[in-house]
Amino acid sequence: MSQTRFTKEHEWARVDGDVAICGITDYAQKALGDIVYVELPAIGKKVKQGEQVAVVESSKAASEVYAPVDGEVVAVNDNLSNDPGKVNAAAQSDGWFFKIKAANAAQTGSLMDEPTYQNYVKGLS
Amino acid sequence: MSMNTQGRPSKSAIVLAMEANKGLVLDEPLIFEQGAEGRTGIDLPELPKYKERLGGVRRRAAIGLPGLSEPQVVRHYTRLSQKNFGIDSTFYPLGSCTMKHNPRLNEKMARLPGFGDLHPMQPTSTVQGALELIDQLAHWLKTLTGMPAVAMVPGAGAHGEFCGMAAIKRALEARGEHRTKVLVPESAHGTNPATAAALGFTVEAIPANAEGRVDLAILKSKLGPDVAALMLTNPNTCGLFERDIVAIADAVHKAGAFFYCDGANFNAIVGRVRPADLGIDVMHINLHKTFSTPHGGGGPGSGPIVMAESLAEFVPLPYIVHDNQGFRLIEHAVDAMGKKPFGRLKGFHGQMGMFVRALAYILSHGADGLWQVASDAVLNANYILASLQDVMSAPFKGPCMHEALFDDRFLKDTGITTVDMAKALIDRGFHPMTMYFPLVVHGAFLIEPTETESKETLDAFIAAMRDLVREVRLGNVEMFKQSPRFAPSRRMDETRAARSPILKWTPADREENGDNGDITRDAAE
Repeated sequence: MSQTRFTKEHEWARVDGDVAICGITDYAQKALGDIVYVELPAIGKKVKQGEQVAVVESSKAASEVYAPVDGEVVAVNDNLSNDPGKVNAAAQSDGWFFKIKAANAAQTGSLMDEPTYQNYVKGLS
Repeated sequence: MSMNTQGRPSKSAIVLAMEANKGLVLDEPLIFEQGAEGRTGIDLPELPKYKERLGGVRRRAAIGLPGLSEPQVVRHYTRLSQKNFGIDSTFYPLGSCTMKHNPRLNEKMARLPGFGDLHPMQPTSTVQGALELIDQLAHWLKTLTGMPAVAMVPGAGAHGEFCGMAAIKRALEARGEHRTKVLVPESAHGTNPATAAALGFTVEAIPANAEGRVDLAILKSKLGPDVAALMLTNPNTCGLFERDIVAIADAVHKAGAFFYCDGANFNAIVGRVRPADLGIDVMHINLHKTFSTPHGGGGPGSGPIVMAESLAEFVPLPYIVHDNQGFRLIEHAVDAMGKKPFGRLKGFHGQMGMFVRALAYILSHGADGLWQVASDAVLNANYILASLQDVMSAPFKGPCMHEALFDDRFLKDTGITTVDMAKALIDRGFHPMTMYFPLVVHGAFLIEPTETESKETLDAFIAAMRDLVREVRLGNVEMFKQSPRFAPSRRMDETRAARSPILKWTPADREENGDNGDITRDAAE
């Protein structure tokens, strides 16, 4: 499994073979506060990098979640519908949102690596 | 200002005078939890013999209606009304909502039997006065905005947006153009992108510049043959006038698109700026904001739209015409001469009660009064901005228009958040401001005092806010997290309420045995 990559919109993606497992970052879950609802895409949905693919709602606000890579949604984390708090508890592991079969796995190369993302986040606050 | 002083520890003169109320703020049970079965305030006749026609479905438990005497009912609803926290009892600075005073003269006019007792299905010959009133209000809305056409039917602001964008869609179709995109600034009311999406457009966001206004260069770069319209609020939701609005309108028109203006903040410019002069093609007017008709639980909204010549023929049904037969309603497209109606938006002819109130407001203020409405709304907001910006943090340099915007930089690293400040404000007797909106600033506080507040009220509010900031600096985190302490309900667990809401009340005795069913099907039938 490759290292985790990050978008400016605070999604993360980790590629395993040609499947990217994706979610929102720990920084995003902290900024949003208690997550109360996650709307996940239909399996089979074709997505382009940067396109809205899910919605995450906290007691403060609803936010769009964008696809970190091009491809097709092959799995979603159904646990989140019963327990959206999982995103708060483990945003970058058990709180994953969806898996995308990447059209071009090399595309994650255009995303930030962990230190770059941490620096980027530091600049935001 | 209403304060619940139950348990309040301080001993100011006001508190001492109100201490007699200690312990009298009752935790009011539901009406279903009161009374005794069979008790009633009136004599009900015995049920006559009847034949069941429910196809064998038979009730097997009592229906559970409450049995109460008349004084019990009166007290229940009086106590509930006393818990109401509204514009009639307190300062209500909810940004973007324009919670201003609803003049009682408007209420008196709306209750005149000739208006209040009308039925929408009466023959038009019997409601000529009412139709004339709608026509007169339409005249003044056109005059105040400089627009040649108006549609009175929309039932609220977002309904007006839908109406205006439907007119744009129809106008584009008439031109034979297929434009799919609508541009919306990031600071827009959430209803703007929702309206565009509901009409099948895709939405693209325009970022704000460092001054909290639309970035003209970025807007221009996004305009093209696929753009149907720009939806812009002016003054915008940061409480700022869009200085480039004429250049924005020119750019939008040059690209062949329409310019929709969200008129929710028209109260800041009414009587002083005519939207037509800014190049706006269509705008909704919230009668329940600018023209003081009640809302927020007090009454329905009303959102007429005004339209430029380019959209004037694309109207919703019905609309009023005035000719030698008097005032008539055009209800069907076949009767529409010279117009191309896009259909009916809602039942009947609009919110009649709100039309009466809005016209009463306009006529009682006059041109000079409306001019002063805008001036005082802006003055009051700037007074708040100027009085708080040394202790809170304002993201954009003033002066502002009708609302003052702060962000949460002054709370950085204190452990106290915007929502904590708002909850603590409740204990000081004020309705919280709008929080976390607009989204373009972090942890927003959007404060709209409106023109109807006195300097004394504004000073009391400012003092309360400054006092809260002092508590922040003292590091009094616990006080904030436990607020509100003096409200009828304590702080809600918002996360639990959103994650597992209880949507149905169940009587205590049924909860115990898990019995939720009231009816049974008769097996014999």
